[in-house]
Amino acid sequence: MRLGSLRRLGAPVALVAAGAVALSGCVASERGEEGSGGDGGKDTFVFAASAEPSTLDPAFATDGESFRVARQIFEGLVGVEPGTAEPAPLLAEDWDISDDGLEYTFHLVEGVTFHDGTDFDAEAVCANFDRWRDWTGLAAHENLSYYYKAVFGGTGEDSKYDSCEATDAATAVVTLNAPVPELIAALSLPSLSMQSPTALEEYGADDVQGTEDAPQLTEYGQAHPTGTGPYKFVEWASGESVTLEANEDYRDEILDVKRIIFTTIADGTARRQALEAGDIDGYDLVAPADVAALEEAGFTLHNRPAFNILYLGMNQAAEPLDDPLVRQAITHAIDKEGLAQSTLPEGTEIATQFIPSTVMGYSEDVATYDYDPELAMDLLEQAGAEDLEIEFNYPTEVSRPYMPDPAAIFEAISADLEEVGITVTATPEPWSPTYIDTIQGGENHGLHLLGWTGDYNDTYNFIGTFFGSKSLEWGFDDAEVFEAIDDARNAPLEEQEAAYQHANEVLMDFLPGVPIASPVPTLVVASDVVDYPISPVQDEVYHTITFE
Amino acid sequence: MLRLVGQRLLLLIPLLLGLSVLLFAWVRALPGGPVTAMLGERYTPEAAAAIEAEMGLDQPLIVQYGKYLLRLLQGDLGTSLRSGRPVLEEFVNRFPATIELTVVALIFAIGIGIPLGYLAARRAGTVVDHTAVVVSLVGVTVPVFFLAFILKYFFAVELGWFPTSGRMSPTMEATHPTNFYVLDGILTAEWDAAWDALVHLILPGIALGTIPLAIIARMTRAAVSEVQNADYVRTARAKGIRPARLRTEHILRNAMLPVLTTIGLQVGLLLSGAVLTETVFAFSGIGSFLAEAVFNADYPVLQGFVLLIAVTYALVNLLVDVSYGLIDPRLRRQQ
Repeated sequence: MRLGSLRRLGAPVALVAAGAVALSGCVASERGEEGSGGDGGKDTFVFAASAEPSTLDPAFATDGESFRVARQIFEGLVGVEPGTAEPAPLLAEDWDISDDGLEYTFHLVEGVTFHDGTDFDAEAVCANFDRWRDWTGLAAHENLSYYYKAVFGGTGEDSKYDSCEATDAATAVVTLNAPVPELIAALSLPSLSMQSPTALEEYGADDVQGTEDAPQLTEYGQAHPTGTGPYKFVEWASGESVTLEANEDYRDEILDVKRIIFTTIADGTARRQALEAGDIDGYDLVAPADVAALEEAGFTLHNRPAFNILYLGMNQAAEPLDDPLVRQAITHAIDKEGLAQSTLPEGTEIATQFIPSTVMGYSEDVATYDYDPELAMDLLEQAGAEDLEIEFNYPTEVSRPYMPDPAAIFEAISADLEEVGITVTATPEPWSPTYIDTIQGGENHGLHLLGWTGDYNDTYNFIGTFFGSKSLEWGFDDAEVFEAIDDARNAPLEEQEAAYQHANEVLMDFLPGVPIASPVPTLVVASDVVDYPISPVQDEVYHTITFE
Repeated sequence: MLRLVGQRLLLLIPLLLGLSVLLFAWVRALPGGPVTAMLGERYTPEAAAAIEAEMGLDQPLIVQYGKYLLRLLQGDLGTSLRSGRPVLEEFVNRFPATIELTVVALIFAIGIGIPLGYLAARRAGTVVDHTAVVVSLVGVTVPVFFLAFILKYFFAVELGWFPTSGRMSPTMEATHPTNFYVLDGILTAEWDAAWDALVHLILPGIALGTIPLAIIARMTRAAVSEVQNADYVRTARAKGIRPARLRTEHILRNAMLPVLTTIGLQVGLLLSGAVLTETVFAFSGIGSFLAEAVFNADYPVLQGFVLLIAVTYALVNLLVDVSYGLIDPRLRRQQ
């Protein structure tokens, strides 16, 4: 290159540089002046989510990350007692239920407004109930309105919700056409929280587009969630973060957290490193292997009270699992304590039935099958199944709250089974996308690992999901079991707990599989974050957090 | 020149059509499906059937393909199953991030690769040469994700010199008119935001740029070695041309043609390397989104993104071809 060509090169570079300087400031900056907080103190809580919310309209959400954001923005008629799964008043101060279980009268908290300035009153409550029932087309689709349908049995004509009347501004009477015994507990679900009817209308919340293909996010669900909660929506930078700010009109005091940023970090190790580097203030679902190291480094770990269940399923359509003696033998062969110690996080609760002890309906009197390899071998002999060979399915490439390391759990159980002379054929399969399909959509499986995380404090949410009716997963058809569960569900409120206890006892006598344990999910926050409101149902709202 | 560009653009049509068939068939050959991935523990055969019917997945493949192609022709790439946003919108939102990352990686790769290769060739057989060969060998063999992880561990977690993840600090308030964060910071005169975005690009940029750096260095070394022994270089030297002019005008410029081709090809590598690098650094470009789409069996995103990446790749190569003319006047005259 001659000097001339250097000059040729130099000119564009200089031009670009000059252009950048000239352009700078030509687009107006939109950021406010407050920046990092007026008094210089920390006022922002940065939480790393494992995924983006699927939508900001909780009525159409089913996933934990959407609910995590929704809980800050929205409130339901019913909440939960802090730190428990017990239903407690929230937007409804109190409620009366008619004797036939068809009429619910909600007495509302007065003086509450939505973030758009409109009043929260009985009319708004009725508008929300009507909205859910009146969904049609894509909005009424299983994969959007899952929770409403799960609680009310369906939309439109199929819905058990009949009508709602605002008898005065602070009293809403909800009438059902069939009882929904778990309604009060279910109303604490973020999906059934109260949203501003004005905003829902204005931003087309129910106008779900996208035929045949996947449903599209509505304008409301993308950018205008409007509730009554302590935080207001600010911005959702797709792929990056969701930002919320304090609702100055909130009826309770908002302590130190004036701004919340949910940033998305999909990789578990990356979340830990971001916390260690001080880039974030906390994250959820800490890998059990990281717990000790994080604790040592001075971070604060919170164990959620167990609200899930890990079980060993048995497909009774596959011989000889239809033989109760064989099922009992397998159950006696498994050392649950040892398994929990070696593969599950500290604080794990050993299970005796298919619900954790925090759930209403937990029975102290279920049949237990203690670890006893000798007895297991005797039972196998009695059943004529000494040389038992059995297929064992477990998922790979996954970590669930109830099952942090499926392969390790499989190893522990199969070692126990081999100990009593059972030959195990391992059938590992990737969780996504086929494992669940193999287990729940086909007959071709024997023993399998699976579990469930509860949605709200209701036994039916657990055992009804597993054993409510005949299924390919379990492959049995036992009228006594199905009836006991159904009876409990439809029992009068005051008899429900006893009825569910009975159902759990019937279940454990029948022994469809082995309930193993309820591992506690762990959440970690930076050491300066005080009073993180840990909750078994993840009802964690950040306005009570303080910074040290 | 214009004719060449026109021809190349026309060639894109059969390429894309073929690619659409391949993508469609390949995605549907994957085990399981989006429905099981969507429902997880909540899977029931009835719910799955309902969703499949809704999405048209229960129709004959040929019908599904026909509908897919029809929508494609209308510029509709479908909607992400996971996020519920149009695929095109997702791409447009995230592509600037990947472009920024790619540019930084390329600057790193070219800025170091060409001088390194040049020096190695000029000092063939010396320590400099051997070092360059070893460095480029290591650069090619180290897996991107491993390098990304190591860089992050030392420089972000242990030393704390760089942020661990993301495109910008979560607490940074910034305006984004273009979604190119560094550029946005300059345009809005939010200098701290521009700096913050730039700092976030450095580690992933280095991780992503290392393989191209090694390849560019090797290619430069080979090309320069060849050119510096050419007759015209010897003649020029014999004529007593100033060494500086000899180096730039006669050697480097002539050696640049194969290097330029290599750089063009590297862009494709960078786009695929971005999948791993972006995942490690939680960098929200098209790569990390593509990786998530694989895990979620998000068909529309897989199909749409691969198609759009293929178009990008083809366009970049077209650009490279056009730029030959700028470097080599002989080619310009031929055209």
